[in-house]
Amino acid sequence: MLPLLRLTLFIDRLNRAVYRGVCWLSLAMVLIGAFNALARYGDKYLPVRLSSNGWIELQWYFFSLVFLLAAPFAVRLDSHVRVDVLYGRLGTRGKAWIDLIGTLVFLLPFCVFGVWYALPSALSSLDIREVSPDPGGLTRWPIKLVVPVAFVLLTLQGFAEVTRRGLFLSRKITATQAGLENRESGETS
Amino acid sequence: MFVVVFLVIFIGYPVAFSLAGVALIFSAIGVFFGYFDFVLLTAFPERVFGVMSNQILLAVPFFIFMGTMLERSKLAEDLLRTIGLLFGPLRGGLALAVVFVGTLLAAATGVVGASVVAMGMISLPVMMRYGYSKELSSGVICASGTLGQIVPPSVVLVVLADQLQVSVGDLFVGSLLPGLMLAGLYALYVIAIAFFKPGAAPAMPKEERDAASGQLAGQVVRALLPPLLLILIVLGSIFLGIATPTEAGALGAVGAMVLAKVNGRLSRKALQGTMRETTKLTSMVVFLLIGSTLFSLVFRGLNGDIWIEDLLTGLPGGRIGLLVTCNAAVFLLGFFIDFFEIAFIILPLIVPAARALGIEGDEMVWFGVMLGMNLQTSFLTPPFGFSLFYLRGVAPKEIPTSAIYRGVLPFIGIQLVGLAVIVFFPEIVTGML
Repeated sequence: MLPLLRLTLFIDRLNRAVYRGVCWLSLAMVLIGAFNALARYGDKYLPVRLSSNGWIELQWYFFSLVFLLAAPFAVRLDSHVRVDVLYGRLGTRGKAWIDLIGTLVFLLPFCVFGVWYALPSALSSLDIREVSPDPGGLTRWPIKLVVPVAFVLLTLQGFAEVTRRGLFLSRKITATQAGLENRESGETS
Repeated sequence: MFVVVFLVIFIGYPVAFSLAGVALIFSAIGVFFGYFDFVLLTAFPERVFGVMSNQILLAVPFFIFMGTMLERSKLAEDLLRTIGLLFGPLRGGLALAVVFVGTLLAAATGVVGASVVAMGMISLPVMMRYGYSKELSSGVICASGTLGQIVPPSVVLVVLADQLQVSVGDLFVGSLLPGLMLAGLYALYVIAIAFFKPGAAPAMPKEERDAASGQLAGQVVRALLPPLLLILIVLGSIFLGIATPTEAGALGAVGAMVLAKVNGRLSRKALQGTMRETTKLTSMVVFLLIGSTLFSLVFRGLNGDIWIEDLLTGLPGGRIGLLVTCNAAVFLLGFFIDFFEIAFIILPLIVPAARALGIEGDEMVWFGVMLGMNLQTSFLTPPFGFSLFYLRGVAPKEIPTSAIYRGVLPFIGIQLVGLAVIVFFPEIVTGML
């Protein structure tokens, strides 16, 4: 197997693992959300205070982790919405061309921009060891650091997609090897 | 910039990244010609952080979770079967059942794809077997499945509320009557067809009814009441102000899991499928929002917003002009692009103009419901309506695509009637607030 292809498969595995991890957080988020809703009422009638800013913030921390870190593998699974008026009529090669050019011209610059602009803001948050302004709130800098991390993972995935399409279009690998068929099934393999 | 972004979106690259990429290209061109300053883009991390900590958007994954759970645990399917049996004996009964279930599913899931696919798979074969016309069957399924976005609680309305900066609760309350009215109009249409063209919508044969009637009562209690109760509790707690939409969504999601568990349907597969679907859809929706945030940041930096606002507020006829233009634009765009794209690209441009013309508060809610109703047609309009694609995907081969297209036409007409009612009688929205 080509070393480049192997590298892209490694990226797939990495992002799949991250995606599987955050899938569980979606469940955790639902449970915490329900707990928060009940706790707000419990506070009125119970002697102990159940709700706290910490739990409320944890809820949107998980939300952020879910959507930020699932985005790279969602590219692999092709679940970012597209208008397939034209795309749907094209053959495998035509689709590969659109994805190749689109990733190079739109996705990768966006990723670089994301890292470039989000990193300084995350690092300054780390520098001052930023915490939530609300009492009982959580430490703020780790979640801010997730933004550039997500963009780095997205860059890697973009690189993997471009590489595979390039190899496919130059007829070095087949569509199956490039993972261009049954993209939804990438979830289980 | 707009023209370019629409061209790019049509080529078929994912919309979220197309928006972001085009924005960056234009900002680079702007900097080159001295019209734009990169410093403006330093607001981007702050915007992303705003999206992350947004309490309203948090309701999005909760409602997706709740709906997907009901679908994956096959509770939605049971609901449809039971109501089918209940209405089956009437002429046009099955089609009425579809409208009724569509409304319920709409309220429960709010995910258009899920309800169209579920109803297409379950009721289309049944309707075919009993001799319903292909047009009526496919039309009623597409149209009822699409109710998901206007009947509260729905993901679409949550996003709309965020964009219009009105409260989600108000928008839910405001869209309740129009949503139910639309479902009512569909039902009337079905009844009219059953009355004037009995051949297109026959009743269930007697033998089948007798076979099923024994267990019917039990089924109604088991399959119909619990989901109905769940929806009523979720909606009720929002309307009564007991819970925020986010809280109600989380409780609804847990409630859906409890229902699945009680019915012995909370399998590992169902749970895993729900978690994955929720994760993917949430990421997709939020990244679309992030892409459009960057787009509008650059668009504003280039003063495009002022240009659009001048254009919209300077229309002849003032508010009427704005309403006509907005509705016409949204309706036309609806032929080609989907709700989320319209909400994220077009709304940020329309809203300031609407404000400038004095549309505020309750009127903004009315404006939102009106746009929501209009957007609803975007799912149905051939050739690129999403509901049509979903149904095509699950419909048997005997149903030609042209029958689906012909089938939805009367329902598009009904929706336009609904839209007109909202425009001319704003009380249907604001009366409930």
